[in-house]
Amino acid sequence: MDEKKEKSPEQKERLKAEYDKEWRKVLRKSIPVKERMKIPRQKMPERKPEERNKDFNEVNLGLDSSQALIEAQRCLDCANPQCVDGCPVSIDIPSFIKLIEKGDIIASVKKIKETNSLPAICGRVCPQESQCEMVCNLKKATGVSVAIGNLERFISDYERLKGEVFIPQISPSTGKRVAIIGAGPAGLTVAGELAKKGHKVIIFEALHIAGGVLVYGIPEFRMPKNILKAEVQYLEELGVEVRTNFVVGKTVTLEDLKKEGFDAFFIGTGAGLPNFMRIPGENLVGVYSANEYLTRVNLMRAYEFPEYDTPVFLGKRAAVIGGGNVAMDSVRTAKRLGAELAAIIYRRSHQEMPARVEEVKHAEEEGIEFHFLTAPIRYIGDEKGRVRAMECLRMELGEPDDSGRRRPVPIKGSEFITEVDLVVVAIGQSPNPLIPQTTPELKVGKWGNVEVDWNTMATSMEGVYAGGDIIRGGATVILAMGDGRIAASEIDKYLKNYKG
Amino acid sequence: MMAKILQRVRLVPNIHLLEVHAPEIARKCLPGQFLIIMPDERGERVPLTIADWDPERGSVTSVFMIVGTSTHKLSLLKPKDEVPVFVGPLGKPSEIKKFGTVLCAGGCFGIGAIYPLARALKESGNKIITLIDVKANYLLYWEDKLRRVSDKFFISARDSSNETRDYIPKKIKAIIEKEKEIDRVIAIGCTYLMYACSEATKPYGLKTMVSLNPIMVDGTGMCGACRVTVGGKTKFACVDGPDFDGHLVDWEELFARRRSYFDEEIQSLCQWEKNNFP
Repeated sequence: MDEKKEKSPEQKERLKAEYDKEWRKVLRKSIPVKERMKIPRQKMPERKPEERNKDFNEVNLGLDSSQALIEAQRCLDCANPQCVDGCPVSIDIPSFIKLIEKGDIIASVKKIKETNSLPAICGRVCPQESQCEMVCNLKKATGVSVAIGNLERFISDYERLKGEVFIPQISPSTGKRVAIIGAGPAGLTVAGELAKKGHKVIIFEALHIAGGVLVYGIPEFRMPKNILKAEVQYLEELGVEVRTNFVVGKTVTLEDLKKEGFDAFFIGTGAGLPNFMRIPGENLVGVYSANEYLTRVNLMRAYEFPEYDTPVFLGKRAAVIGGGNVAMDSVRTAKRLGAELAAIIYRRSHQEMPARVEEVKHAEEEGIEFHFLTAPIRYIGDEKGRVRAMECLRMELGEPDDSGRRRPVPIKGSEFITEVDLVVVAIGQSPNPLIPQTTPELKVGKWGNVEVDWNTMATSMEGVYAGGDIIRGGATVILAMGDGRIAASEIDKYLKNYKG
Repeated sequence: MMAKILQRVRLVPNIHLLEVHAPEIARKCLPGQFLIIMPDERGERVPLTIADWDPERGSVTSVFMIVGTSTHKLSLLKPKDEVPVFVGPLGKPSEIKKFGTVLCAGGCFGIGAIYPLARALKESGNKIITLIDVKANYLLYWEDKLRRVSDKFFISARDSSNETRDYIPKKIKAIIEKEKEIDRVIAIGCTYLMYACSEATKPYGLKTMVSLNPIMVDGTGMCGACRVTVGGKTKFACVDGPDFDGHLVDWEELFARRRSYFDEEIQSLCQWEKNNFP
């Protein structure tokens, strides 16, 4: 997180009201702070690397109830909780953790759902170590934060497995209709928030399953599809309608939807445009964009080919270019599909890798090779036009660039050729151009990103809001959800004053 | 959301027509666009060029050739069956305006796909010369439909029913030499046909548009499976095309990419046949 958030007066008041509740006081006193600080962080049970790197079942197994209770006891219930500021959607973290300690898991889920409609997802894919857990006061005191993400995952899984999914109070119908374009993390968040406020919400999704990057991008072993399905079902129970196979910009335009009587819009069409390096041989057979590779495997289930019709190449020597979460997902997928060598090729060093710490750790355990300070300069094909090798260049780190990370500088004469039969280019995505191309009034930045007022997520068109990767380029699920929350509250305000 | 099949007809061996209830798509279709269909939950997302549409009936029609498992599945659909994916219209529409005389060349599924282009170009005041390529005369379909929108109509067939037995490039050359004033050529069909047409018109510097059909997955620019090199630049056929200048396409690369999953297609088909026709 770049921007340091401050709590609003209302938020401070809300947090304090919870903090001052009698049961919280009793609970705080039940274990002395010193004792709490002695409790070790509970380790998330996970499957053995040599077992899990051969299938697509989930790697993490989730905390059990007794672990969750112990972990919740570690939380110091601070008077000024920093974790809340570290969360892009400002979850009341101490309250939900203390409810776990109290033993009321269902109340804990209700608490979290006040601010986050999709906790089972966030608990799995948020980079907590650079958000809530990074600023945790316990971390400052002992060096090890409360496992906030694991607890979030625990309570949402508990609720789902219990089969008693709590549906919050829905406000009376306002008669207003909101069109949400794209059923990814941003769109799903907006949908949930606005449905609770009594607006009629319809999500338009181009693919045949709702979820966006959660369904086509993030693999089953990290984000099981049945969990996503349950989250979407929860939104449908809130009254949200999802229309799949519907490409806004093609099947209808935003203007058409306006004429059909939608009162407000949210564009959350994501970073669906893969970047390539524009080096020779990039169009050889066997060179994939990460989007294509992961879509084939996740959305189209190529890992179950030929039971499913869509194939994917099973490389023996797989090289994945990049150092982010998408690169980790791709390389771990290649390993699971039987690659003898599955390697990350990254032009900077270990510490500049933008991937979540846990993903890198899991990848290392699973036998992924990491080649740092290395970049491909061309791919070499065989007589059939299939990739058989790549030529790389060694790098060294120079001065920091715009991103604050040290810039990789090529080392002259360091070229070398290595054999590969599968390459996945995971160097980032740009905003999907379909909506900007077909909505001329929409103001677009130089990277093709939809421009918004960052305080309100409002675009240049009245009643049209946007968030997630369509405004940011390739970022994270939780930032998209954070944008969604802001947009939802602004759309609600807009609709209250709107006389359409 | 499922889409309902209105009719599925075998036009000629291996080539079928599929009409699907899709009122929203039918309202938006323009010549040259395509759609993506998935026969069932386990199928592939198959791109098909749109061959016709009827906004009043709320239907979209496509003509396809049976190649792999998913198209085999499509060929078994019956009226009232439903498919989990029917999405479109995708891609940029073809350029339709008055060029003068346009030579429309089509082969296999492209005989159906060329029809809306010939019709729209005719309506825009062009003189239409239609040239249809078939291996043998019994593989010809939609002749009447095409004749109605054509000023001249030729068939290149390579069996005894046809006196010349020429493959399409020779026929194109003959037509160009005879007609002199052709302003544009449009070719739709298998990759080899489009390549052959482009090669035939190249010496005459006659602008030739082809509707490329690389392998696709999402069809909305998200995955890049369909990348083709055109004029030295990488393009995504799904959003930058599917129409490109045939003289600028890197055909060798396209052939290789089209053949990417040849072995897998056979494996998949064998498995499917074993499961369904034991």
